[in-house]
Amino acid sequence: MDTSIWRPILYLIGFMAFAGVNAAWLGWAERKGAAHIQRRNGPKEVGPFGLWQPLADGIKLMTKQLLIPSGTDDILFRIAPILAMIPALTSMVVIPFSGNIQARPIDLSVLLIFALASIGMFAILLGGWASGNKYAVISAARVVSQSIAYEIPMLITVITIVMITGSMSLQDIAMSQQGGFWHWNIFRLEGGHFIYMWVGFLIYFICSVAETNRAPFDMAEAESELVAGYMTEYGSMGFGLFMMGEYLNIVVGACMTTILFLGGWGSPFGFMPGIWWFLIKIYILIFAIIWIRWTYPRTQIYKLLNLSWKILIPFSLVNLLVTAAFIKVF
Amino acid sequence: MSEYWNDIFGGTKSLLVGLGITAREFFKPVVTEQYPWEVPVMMPRFRGHIELVKNGETGRPNCIVCGMCMRNCPSGCITLTGKKPEGEKKKVLTKYELDFTKCSLCGSCIEGCNFNAIQFSKDYNLASTRKEDYIFDLLKRLEEQS
Amino acid sequence: MTAPIICREDEVFVLNLGPQHPATHGVLRVKLTMDGEYVVKAEPVLGYIHRMHEKMAEDRTFAQFMPNTARMDYLHALAYNHGYVLAVERAAGIEVPERAEYIRVITVELNRLTSHLLWWSAFLLDLGGFSPLLYAFDDREQILDLLERVTGSRLTYCYFRFGGVYNDIDDDFITGTRNFIKRLRSRLPRFYHDLVTKNIILIKRLKDIGFVSKEQCRKYGATGPLLRGSGVQFDVRKNEPYSVYPEFDFDIPVYEEGDSMARYMVRMDEIEQSMRIIEQALDKLPDGPVRAKVPKILKPAAGDYYAAVEAARGSFGCRLVCNGGKSPYRLKLRSPTFSNLSLFGEVAEGMLLADALAFMGSLDLVIPEIDR
Ligand code: SF4
Ligand code: SF4
Repeated sequence: MDTSIWRPILYLIGFMAFAGVNAAWLGWAERKGAAHIQRRNGPKEVGPFGLWQPLADGIKLMTKQLLIPSGTDDILFRIAPILAMIPALTSMVVIPFSGNIQARPIDLSVLLIFALASIGMFAILLGGWASGNKYAVISAARVVSQSIAYEIPMLITVITIVMITGSMSLQDIAMSQQGGFWHWNIFRLEGGHFIYMWVGFLIYFICSVAETNRAPFDMAEAESELVAGYMTEYGSMGFGLFMMGEYLNIVVGACMTTILFLGGWGSPFGFMPGIWWFLIKIYILIFAIIWIRWTYPRTQIYKLLNLSWKILIPFSLVNLLVTAAFIKVF
Repeated sequence: MSEYWNDIFGGTKSLLVGLGITAREFFKPVVTEQYPWEVPVMMPRFRGHIELVKNGETGRPNCIVCGMCMRNCPSGCITLTGKKPEGEKKKVLTKYELDFTKCSLCGSCIEGCNFNAIQFSKDYNLASTRKEDYIFDLLKRLEEQS
Repeated sequence: MTAPIICREDEVFVLNLGPQHPATHGVLRVKLTMDGEYVVKAEPVLGYIHRMHEKMAEDRTFAQFMPNTARMDYLHALAYNHGYVLAVERAAGIEVPERAEYIRVITVELNRLTSHLLWWSAFLLDLGGFSPLLYAFDDREQILDLLERVTGSRLTYCYFRFGGVYNDIDDDFITGTRNFIKRLRSRLPRFYHDLVTKNIILIKRLKDIGFVSKEQCRKYGATGPLLRGSGVQFDVRKNEPYSVYPEFDFDIPVYEEGDSMARYMVRMDEIEQSMRIIEQALDKLPDGPVRAKVPKILKPAAGDYYAAVEAARGSFGCRLVCNGGKSPYRLKLRSPTFSNLSLFGEVAEGMLLADALAFMGSLDLVIPEIDR
């Protein structure tokens, strides 16, 4: 591997740019998507199709005063939004965008990503707690119980994948699915462990939506109940960072789903694998997440926990056991 | 137990149906009116603030300063004065002021007027940051219109 | 989900919901004593938008009070117009021409549709669903255009007059209304039922949540869909018929369950029934004048008069005490949501915050009407 000083710097700039562009324009994409689902136009005044809207929003957010309400825990209040961004950004380090575009191939990259995802939850917890606002505290408490409930089925499903591949490196997992969609984990036909893997995919996808606090699982910012949840007291760029963190988490979640189930950068027909396939897949997933958000009403915290404990966890456990049995038998 | 499976399968189906509906809507044209670029046409009976009606023959307002509109208004928005010029029988309107900040656009004034002297205008895009801008001098408005 | 509350005195806290809160749709304030996410005690605080409508009636003439009626329940303004003109007509002994009665019924029912559509969309917004709001507004906007065509305004109508209505409806309105009903009928199953009513998330959130019993309804004087969702068949249009309602064939939807889903279904069924009434009224619409000759200044004989109508949220009553003067001696307005809201404190006890707010949404509150 090339160990010159340029490689990390190039990747740093590249990933920062990728993350920044995504965080900003996914907001635009979401507004536009929501608007068209609701038969409106959405942003359209700033630039062609309102494409420069994120810049305008960014300027507006940055020029606003960062207000720190009295009675808040000053330091935590400032740290929380930054903490919302960092784990998502760091996760980019180990994500293989294609066979050779990956900043650091780490053997335990799966583990690293999930560890970082849990830290992201702390940002919300801290932000909510430090705000000293009752709505924010309720929201923080909800986030924790939700995250715990959804990380379990998510990790169980990931273990299934790890068992099939026999590796915890994202690079290896993606590599093992190369060459046509029939090799992808979701449709995997060879090797005996087959057919029901789409159940695992669904479980994983639902969990990743819940992990990123997106509707219909947006218990944390349920605006009709908790005003804006943990973000209630945030304004200007503090709010902006939380929003960007949320979108980055979605991007990371979509990347993970793509690598674990949809063959990473592999092309569905077996030729021309490359980064474009990867990007196409993650944006389709992101669009699906936006689409889901603007279709359903919000669930309620107990229903959400019920879904996790009564449906997702049993199913993922059965999935794990059956897969293990198949691996043993064949 | 059957309820459990029902929830899972029936529920998933209902969710998919929902996704189908929003997906179809996504590709349909927008239905909203792009306001500043597209100006709505007001219905003939639209109630804007009131305005004076001009007499087609004389070119002067129809109003004979009877004061019925003023008395009929529930909120006291209308103030008017008139005087009898030398040598004429009828009073002539000298000032007709509408305090639009209080007006509820109910139309009592118009119904009270027996001389077809006031009507609803079709102005709707009124905006201002100052209260004084909503004290309309309708007589002046009538002059400006002609 | 109502769990037994094991609450420790020192662990409860007070959550001040409102007067500015996205779920209260107006300036309602609810003082919630919470134990974690459970509501221990809920206490609605009213009066933020009190405008003394009843007192205002006492120093203006009967006709001058008309615009006020539209500003109480601004979502079903025409029913309030109707209740008030009915009371005054009873007091002054005014006969209303038949055509005017039909027009009244048509416009009131159209207005009821707008009210229910808006409730539906706002309720979904409370539950976190955004797109249904826009779909319902698309339909609602069509009705508003129709009503604007005849009444001249879009929200706070002042269209009824003593002895009739302000002006006649035209053929455009009639064909427009028929087309609209066709349109809503075709959209109801897809956009309302497939997308929302059958949605598992919605069902899970509404079923068995916010149970209101018949006794509670009776105790607090609840009316409207709330009462009908608790299994009591009471609708002023049927029970104490007024105007030309007896001439139409329509049903009163009643659900026995008493939960939020029942109230939801009552309203969805009422949309259908309102459309039936409008269609029949359009078919039977007689010719004739739309306004009886009525003296400009009314001076009803001294006495005590009462009229009630079925508004979208329950029965609106108007008690008029006259002393022979130009203005009412006393006007008492009974607004349905005031009684419906009084239930909230008792029913919300022990609920989760999210459920309590969903329950509040299912009550269909219009705050200016509560405070008057
Ligand atoms: S419309 Fe009503 S409130 Fe306005 S000036 Fe005329 S009578 Fe007064
Ligand atoms: S009622 Fe008519 S004629 Fe009389 S003062 Fe008013 S506008 Fe003039």
